[in-house]
Amino acid sequence: MANFYTDNPDLKHHLTHPLMQKIVALKERDYTDAEKFDYAPQNFEDAMDNFDKVLEIVGELCGGLIAENAEGVDHQGASCANGHAIYADGTVANLEACRQAGLMGMAMPRRFGGLNFPITPYIMAADIVSRADTGFENLWGLQDCAETIYEFADEDQKQRYIPRVCAGETMSMDLTEPDAGSDLQSVMLKASQDEDGTWRLNGVKRFITNGDSDIHLVLARSEEGTKDGRGLSMFIYDKRNGGVTVRRIENKMGIKGSPTCELVYKNAKAELVGNRRLGLIKYVMALMNGARLGIAAQSVGVSELAWREALAYAKDRRQFGKAIIEFPAVAEMLSVMKAKLDASRSLLYECSRFVDMYKIYEDIAKERSLTPEEKAEMKHYSKLADALTPMAKGMGSEYCNQNAYDCIQIHGGSGFMKDYACERLYRDARITSIYEGTTQLQVVAAIRHVTTGTYKSLIDSYAAVDVRPELQGLKDNLAAMTQQMVKAVEAVTAVGDTHYTDFMARRMVEMCGCIVMGYLLVLDANRSESFTASATVYNKLAQAEVAKHADFIANFKPEQLAFYKA
Amino acid sequence: MSLNIIVLAKQVPDTRNVGKDAMKEDGTINRAALPAIFNPEDLNALEQALRIKDNNPGSTVTLLTMGLPRASEIIREAIYRGADGGIVLTDRTLGGADTLATSYSLAQAVKKFGNYDIILGGRQAIDGDTAQVGPQIAEKLGIPQVTYAEEVIDLADGYVTVKRRLEHGVETVKSPLPCVVTVNGSAPDCRPRNARRLMKYKYAVSPSEKAKLAPEAQAFADARPYLNIQEWSAAYVEADPEQIGLAGSPTKVKAIENVVFTAKESLCLENNDEQIENLVKELIANHTIG
Repeated sequence: MANFYTDNPDLKHHLTHPLMQKIVALKERDYTDAEKFDYAPQNFEDAMDNFDKVLEIVGELCGGLIAENAEGVDHQGASCANGHAIYADGTVANLEACRQAGLMGMAMPRRFGGLNFPITPYIMAADIVSRADTGFENLWGLQDCAETIYEFADEDQKQRYIPRVCAGETMSMDLTEPDAGSDLQSVMLKASQDEDGTWRLNGVKRFITNGDSDIHLVLARSEEGTKDGRGLSMFIYDKRNGGVTVRRIENKMGIKGSPTCELVYKNAKAELVGNRRLGLIKYVMALMNGARLGIAAQSVGVSELAWREALAYAKDRRQFGKAIIEFPAVAEMLSVMKAKLDASRSLLYECSRFVDMYKIYEDIAKERSLTPEEKAEMKHYSKLADALTPMAKGMGSEYCNQNAYDCIQIHGGSGFMKDYACERLYRDARITSIYEGTTQLQVVAAIRHVTTGTYKSLIDSYAAVDVRPELQGLKDNLAAMTQQMVKAVEAVTAVGDTHYTDFMARRMVEMCGCIVMGYLLVLDANRSESFTASATVYNKLAQAEVAKHADFIANFKPEQLAFYKA
Repeated sequence: MSLNIIVLAKQVPDTRNVGKDAMKEDGTINRAALPAIFNPEDLNALEQALRIKDNNPGSTVTLLTMGLPRASEIIREAIYRGADGGIVLTDRTLGGADTLATSYSLAQAVKKFGNYDIILGGRQAIDGDTAQVGPQIAEKLGIPQVTYAEEVIDLADGYVTVKRRLEHGVETVKSPLPCVVTVNGSAPDCRPRNARRLMKYKYAVSPSEKAKLAPEAQAFADARPYLNIQEWSAAYVEADPEQIGLAGSPTKVKAIENVVFTAKESLCLENNDEQIENLVKELIANHTIG
């Protein structure tokens, strides 16, 4: 039986990144938990050994049970009866196994029953789970809603809810409504208070992933008469209290094991989280950043499986007297798939480490005041995480769709049939560039880091790292791409028209993304030679992409924008 | 009701992935060429034991294995999955044992263990495939045995009810406790290793492993009693030297040979109903099918 962690040495490469030493020391507060908890690490090596061994459990479960159940789950799908969502049989077994393995609440502190893992190894688990069953990653990955409770709820709420998540109860984030999708400011679900102060929720939510979960985070309008985001608050709805029914579940193209629910709230008792009016503008924004990182991981998992399925088929399938992998057209597709996979994975873990750095400092700041240096570092990494999260989600999800497409292409006619996993993968991949903010909205989140220079300064920091002589050529190419990018950004901003900047935003973000991932792969190759092929292939791809966008921008006349108005 | 549950387990070479160097010239297993694993059906037995424990809080599950000192690896594995502890019965004098000597040695260890309510084990180990050790232990202890178990349905009031998987169906039987239950591979898979338990118990060591550690690592285990795996010798379980190891094993391997299947006779049929019907009748008559 395959182990999806140990069969993929790239994961350990990312897990053992040099920055982990600092992340783990901060997360473990210099390993002081070891005195209080018998499963806390003694030192850095012990902590890394824990991550390694726990990821081995994840890999075994995923390579065995969860991957084996994936096809059955896709066929059976989730269903709806008597106001509740019913999981496919395989999903039930998967969830139970994850509970038994203690893989819920992985990033929560030990005092709530969690494993106190940094985000990086947790995200690595998500990457592995997604390769086994993309839709199941959603149900399992919604455990990171507990992060929102941990960050913003009061101590009593934390003590009542987080241990339940760590014990395996599932979560959901009830945000979307029929008239509030990408635009969450329009949320209408009504929150009102009884005379005794108890909050009650009334209304409808739609497209809620795992909407029949045990513990819901709900965005609702608590301020009567308001119409924008400032009238929205965040609530916890506990399924044990009742009041919410599943009216129907969606019949989706993919991730069919993950029930997408329409929920009806009838006087459902709820608890306010944090302060009124901060629901959208503070809490959902934090929640979404975590969720976007989760989708970035999900996308990488899909890319991984797509590449592996395509590679296995290309080695096996013989035409014209030889395996099709021997034809340059097929070999090139596989190399580019691997390069996109490696690029998006490097970006994913770079982003995870940045998230770890600032979130751990934020958490420490609750215990003591940070030194000026620590504060500066927190701010630095917070900004970088904010810049890389939409890039990792946006470009990672597009790459996973491209890889799923190419996976079918390599399978030829067989790939169009229901006989191979690539067909399911193609359907499952499609949602990644849509939910938790479409790719277009990731560009909106990322563009200010193009114009304010966040990406540029990050790129400069990568450029300053010395690499082995044989990688210098790739670095030189990236320096040239950076110049093209800077020139293009200057040209766009010089026009001084926000509409024009919005129109060009995707091109500029993609240029930055190509350069960032290009450098990350060179640095990976510098640390481990096995990345040299992907660093080179991706460098070629990035050169072409950057040149394409630079060319488009250079040759575009602002007045031509008139022809792009449908 | 809290119960003392013993799970018999064996560390075996992974014969499911056998290469050409799996056997030595003398017909014994080349253990160096095969990874050592937890015997698969013993994991099925462990799961049944853990389910009994789930239903009877306060119960303890103790793994008992006989083998090389490195068999403590499967004790740790069992602890990660939920067992409370384990004993490695290990001694040079126990080496080379056949099923008779093995069952005698393990029965002695069970007697030394003392107060037990139920013993579970896999139906058979994948290296020997005899399915004899469990039943022989029951005989030596003078207690009932239930073989081919697929599920422990109920355990209450001094009785255990077990569903057995037989060739053409299932059978539900009830046995007084204590008894030996050997579990079939068709029983549910064992639960996964648990992350918290793994982190807590990963430094669990047997005395012989501890002796090889650095002083600070030894002190670490000494300070934490739960990190100590027991190791018992033949003398400790008061085993008669004549009945253990090679001396106590009447089984002798005469020779080992490769069996190559070759077609001896073949029959060509016409593609018509009559000839096919005749073939089916013949196969039924000689019990090849049906």
